[in-house]
Amino acid sequence: MTLVAEEVRIDVPVSGAPRRGVLTRLVARLGNGAVQVVLALVAVFWMVPVFGLLIASLRDESANTADGWWTVFTKPAELTLANYAELVANQAVWQSFLNTFYIAVPATVLVVVMASLASYALAWIEFPGRETLTVVVVGLLVMPIQVALIPVAKLFGALGLFGTITGVVLFHVAFGLPFAIFLLRNFFTGIPRDLIEAARMDGATEWVIFKRVVLPVAKPAIASLTIFQFLWVWNDLLVALVFADQDSAPITVALRAQLRQFGTNIDMLSTGAFLSMVVPLGVFLVFQKYFVQGVLAGSTK
Amino acid sequence: MRLRVNVDAAPGRSPRQAIPFLLPALVLLAALVLYPLVFSLIRSFFDARGDEFVGLRNYVDTFTDPRTLTAFRNNVIWVVVAPAAVTGIGLILAVLTERIRWATAFRLVLFMPMAISLFASGIIFRLVYDEAPNQGVVNAVVVGVHDMFSPASRYPGARPRDGYAATEAGFASIRPSRAGDTISLPLIGYPPQDVPPQALGASPPTAGTGELRGVLWLDVSVGGKAGAVDPTERGLPGVAVEAVRDGQVVARTTTGDDGRFTFPDLGAGDVTVRLPAENFTLPFRGLTWLGASLITPVIISSWIWIMTGFAITFIAAGLSAIPRDALEAARVDGATEWQVFRRVTIPLLSPVLLVVFVTLVINVLKIFELVFVIAPGSVQSEANVLALQMWQVSFGTGGDQGAGSALAVILFLLVAPAMLFNIRRFRRERS
Repeated sequence: MTLVAEEVRIDVPVSGAPRRGVLTRLVARLGNGAVQVVLALVAVFWMVPVFGLLIASLRDESANTADGWWTVFTKPAELTLANYAELVANQAVWQSFLNTFYIAVPATVLVVVMASLASYALAWIEFPGRETLTVVVVGLLVMPIQVALIPVAKLFGALGLFGTITGVVLFHVAFGLPFAIFLLRNFFTGIPRDLIEAARMDGATEWVIFKRVVLPVAKPAIASLTIFQFLWVWNDLLVALVFADQDSAPITVALRAQLRQFGTNIDMLSTGAFLSMVVPLGVFLVFQKYFVQGVLAGSTK
Repeated sequence: MRLRVNVDAAPGRSPRQAIPFLLPALVLLAALVLYPLVFSLIRSFFDARGDEFVGLRNYVDTFTDPRTLTAFRNNVIWVVVAPAAVTGIGLILAVLTERIRWATAFRLVLFMPMAISLFASGIIFRLVYDEAPNQGVVNAVVVGVHDMFSPASRYPGARPRDGYAATEAGFASIRPSRAGDTISLPLIGYPPQDVPPQALGASPPTAGTGELRGVLWLDVSVGGKAGAVDPTERGLPGVAVEAVRDGQVVARTTTGDDGRFTFPDLGAGDVTVRLPAENFTLPFRGLTWLGASLITPVIISSWIWIMTGFAITFIAAGLSAIPRDALEAARVDGATEWQVFRRVTIPLLSPVLLVVFVTLVINVLKIFELVFVIAPGSVQSEANVLALQMWQVSFGTGGDQGAGSALAVILFLLVAPAMLFNIRRFRRERS
């Protein structure tokens, strides 16, 4: 924070009105202190569940059965990476971890490519029914995927896509498109008209305008969409539960199967859950600005 | 927050050029979203295998099936409670974060649950609400607070070997005693290694005139004689003992480190010796969070944990768009902070709050993973919601795709108002 900002803050107390008594100002100060404390407590409260899971994943079975994760503060020596070693050595779990990439990466790339193409047409090419099509896309934003599970399962069965990674990817792409088009179209229409017109004057084709003018300007929006879509697909359980088989299952589905096998063994469950969280957490922490923007723009999904 | 819409976006010149841009997305949307919607609608009028037209029977069955009705009830609870709670909490926290300098860090922490899968969140909250107080942090806190106000008993589960009847007040001797007697009171059902360290070896007291004396010890039958004080056996310190006459407690004492107790002046007449129940009550184990009665509130709390960050961030963006002048003008006019909040901030913010609320309602209607993962199998029917019921009926144990399609259509109809809301908002923003 810069010095100027500090000065402004001191000059304008939060209580606002000028010429207030010393007492009022003191109360405002204390009130502010209380707000700080309350919010700090809320933040800690919010982190406890994840922290507990992390610690549980770092303790072995006997330690976890004996007492709760919070005893780690008195027994830090119990921490071990053994659960992770065991989990990664489990062929099915490791394969599912890789599968999650095989599903999430193509599903993200395809959505970004298809949606930016379609959004360009909706934003800058006039054609009959453009308005209707845009409204349909907006309507599809909230479409529950349950509506498509049974028909698409049948369709994929007929096409030989049921139980394959391709099938899971295609389903994710289809249901990711409305939001992606909505987000990118909004951004594309905000591009200054002169920019597009100038390119058209120069005789550029639509494809060249799209590639040379629109895409470079739209990088932040595309970044938001990419992060959002990647996490959305990575975190899916329901779609894969229906359309993936044992060999194409992503980590959520594999862990769900292990849920029965491990039963109440929180050491392995927590390790698996944390393994599935590592990638999203990393992506979130590195690209949080884009992710937050994506979620806010996609408030309707 | 909202990307600006340029109203006079200049259209391109040739409609046909739109085709290659639109085709890939349109094909996929038509094949995997629009066609399935129509198919589901038709399919919902056919029987389980899809051979026979059954009219509205799937819908009638759905609305008379107790499992679906439970799911409906739970969805209503969810819609009524959860979005309002998250919007309210989000509003309060968003307003409060305006007063701190680490607002970004705060929002980051609360936003983090949005990044992880609902499946992982489910596992997290299964652990948080685990019923064993030495596993689940919530029950650990509940038990801790409970024991602070009503301490745990010293010898949970212990009981006299024989000669005593269990009553509501405790273990009462079957045979009466009187002053001058000595009583030996062997207790069983308590692990020897848990006997407090200050306990001394037990030995029977000698009789005293005018006094009722006794010894209370942990009777370990292995390697000793049942009912007799063996040399290695120790007395149990701190056990309350009562002398009861005609239903009234006439004297009360506590055993010493050697397990001995004495009633000095009992007067004449028989008494019953009683060991009050609070000596032996089993420890409080907290609440059955994952049981049938609390499961839905528990799952809702986990959803609140996930969605609050979203509400805060969205509302905070709305707050920052409120003109400072409006707030300052109200303050200069002498309005209190509360009045400013109530009369200026809330009205100006209400469109944003509505969007947040509607978004949360849509999200709640589709809730699936949290219930699927947090509710243990035995109470899943109690925690059921429509989206989960749809999956179970069509792919889980049910295998009835007619009924499943009917549920999917119902889900679609429930979301349809939100669809119209979005379209209307979109149209308004354009004009």
